[in-house]
Amino acid sequence: MPFKKIMATALVAAAMATSGLVQADSVRIGLVVKALGIGFFEAANQGAQEAAKELGDVEVIYTGPTSTTAEGQIEVINSLIAQKVDAIAVSANDTDALVPILKKAQQRGIKVVSWDSGVAPEGRQVHLNPSSNSLIGEMNVKLADEALKATGSDQGDIAILSATPTSTNQNIWIEEMKKVLPQYPQLNLVATVYGDDLADKSYRETVGLLKSHPNLKVIVAPTSVGIVAAAQAVQDQGRIGEVYVTGLGLPSELAGHVDSGAVKSFAIWNPIDLGYAAAMISYNLVQGNASDTEVGMGRIGVAQLDEQGNAAMAEPFVYNTSNVHAFADIF
Amino acid sequence: MKTLLQNREVLLAVLIIVLALMVGLVMPDFLLPSNLLAVYNDTSILIILALGQMLVILTRCIDLSVAANLALTGMVVAMLNSAYPDVAVPVLVLAGALLGLILGMINGALVWKLGIPAIVVTLGTMSIYRGIVFLLSDGAWVNAHEMSAAFVSIPRSELLGIPVLAWVSVIVIVLMAHFTRHRRLGREIYAAGNNPTAAFYTGIQVGRLQFVAFSISGLLAGLCGYLWVSRYAVAYVDVAAGFELQVIAACVIGGVSIMGGIGTVQGCVLGALFLGVINNALPVIGVSPFWQMAVSGAVIVIAVIANAKSERKTGRIILKKAALQTH
Repeated sequence: MPFKKIMATALVAAAMATSGLVQADSVRIGLVVKALGIGFFEAANQGAQEAAKELGDVEVIYTGPTSTTAEGQIEVINSLIAQKVDAIAVSANDTDALVPILKKAQQRGIKVVSWDSGVAPEGRQVHLNPSSNSLIGEMNVKLADEALKATGSDQGDIAILSATPTSTNQNIWIEEMKKVLPQYPQLNLVATVYGDDLADKSYRETVGLLKSHPNLKVIVAPTSVGIVAAAQAVQDQGRIGEVYVTGLGLPSELAGHVDSGAVKSFAIWNPIDLGYAAAMISYNLVQGNASDTEVGMGRIGVAQLDEQGNAAMAEPFVYNTSNVHAFADIF
Repeated sequence: MKTLLQNREVLLAVLIIVLALMVGLVMPDFLLPSNLLAVYNDTSILIILALGQMLVILTRCIDLSVAANLALTGMVVAMLNSAYPDVAVPVLVLAGALLGLILGMINGALVWKLGIPAIVVTLGTMSIYRGIVFLLSDGAWVNAHEMSAAFVSIPRSELLGIPVLAWVSVIVIVLMAHFTRHRRLGREIYAAGNNPTAAFYTGIQVGRLQFVAFSISGLLAGLCGYLWVSRYAVAYVDVAAGFELQVIAACVIGGVSIMGGIGTVQGCVLGALFLGVINNALPVIGVSPFWQMAVSGAVIVIAVIANAKSERKTGRIILKKAALQTH
């Protein structure tokens, strides 16, 4: 019995020693998420681990509180500081509450990156946005063009279904779409309607669009309630195949409508890529491979930083029958 | 002819027809029977909720929690369906209606037993019910592919060419017309709202009738919970946000007096249909979204003005002391 115990102790000691050795020459990145057990963040971790494997000498420590609180994240970050990690990449539960603890981390030479949900500039070096307004606008038009081709026509009417007429991000995206539209002369924007992010109003507006524009081919809804309601309305009106709905939405919310055929493809950020890019940026900061204006994101490319350290990862990722169900389980 | 036009319901019906014809001038397809049926079908949920609300308003109360009740029961029913797809849909509908009834009874009991004004009670329960939806769902949606095929398809399947959703509202209208006209409980609700003092002296317990009205309103909201989530094939926290105002507006336009005691089933149904025609017509004729809000608002104000004129009471209370004692 005592012998076994001694052996066990020795084994643990040996294990600790080896891990200590590994720690010494590898870059350790703490990937802090809003809360553990959320599919979106599990997927981000998957991407970060992929980055670690690709880089070889990187260890990603996936951690976060059990509920989405800033207090919980502060605790987690404290313990990461104690473990002397080289970088912390955090999706923050609060923009400002994490600033003091992250400042402390930076004072100890830890590189700090925020991603997905940002931290105020004084608390981090880089913030990685999943995308940018212009990329989102461009992607929506691209999706509309693909959907138009899927209906089998070279030219056709499209309409936009938005949230409320006063919704800031929607209006910016629609503006960006209109900037790109002249490059697609085959797309004829006939109407912009507002579903107020209410299922019933969005549904009614879609039915209205289908009635008042008989030649409508594509409805672009860059809003999650709107795209779902529009897809259901197109299905109920028996117009699947003649009219496609596209825009921004979550795979879990749209899987059924991709199956029904009302939605051919749609876009939203890819959490795997986001985790991958966050880990890559963290690594490059630690290695000193970043300038004030640029930092590499591995296979995704190079992120351009503005004066406040904000970066946009990429255009939204496209989902269709080939991948929507795999991602539906994630988010 | 003059007396016919003085009848509020006839006037409203004429207005609806004129409105529909005007839309038809711009968009002739709007008047196709199939489209008119679609408009009715789209308004079914509003009709059902407005009828429940009417009973509550008749007793001089108001139920602001109907939309939150609908959201909560809808979420529960959707989550049950997604977790146990084998449970038959009628069982789920019954469970939803039962849950709605309980939520309505909570409102009614607070108004009846504690004597708290209904607007305060339901303002509170509105937030509570909405909050529970969030707690239950954790903010997550129940999506189309997580619902069983039967769950989604039943309200839109057709019986004699008419969708089941529309049939449900027709049945509710018939039952409600019978209840308010021929059942003692229904008549007592009018009496309790029209003149609580007199009702009290004839042995009618006003509080109990308010409880009954809230319970029925809750039951119907629970039924609509299922109808709503299956119609739009999605359940989330903000389902039907703000819909309670449309429901109350339908009652007011239909001539149900906010002061209680006055209102008919046919008026209420016409009020809901009026909003339904507007809701369905404005997107078709391409009116700016800001004008849509203004038009709906103006209609409500006009309806209230019309009500106020027709309801100016002729009598006066002579026994003020007795009136004070009873409520």
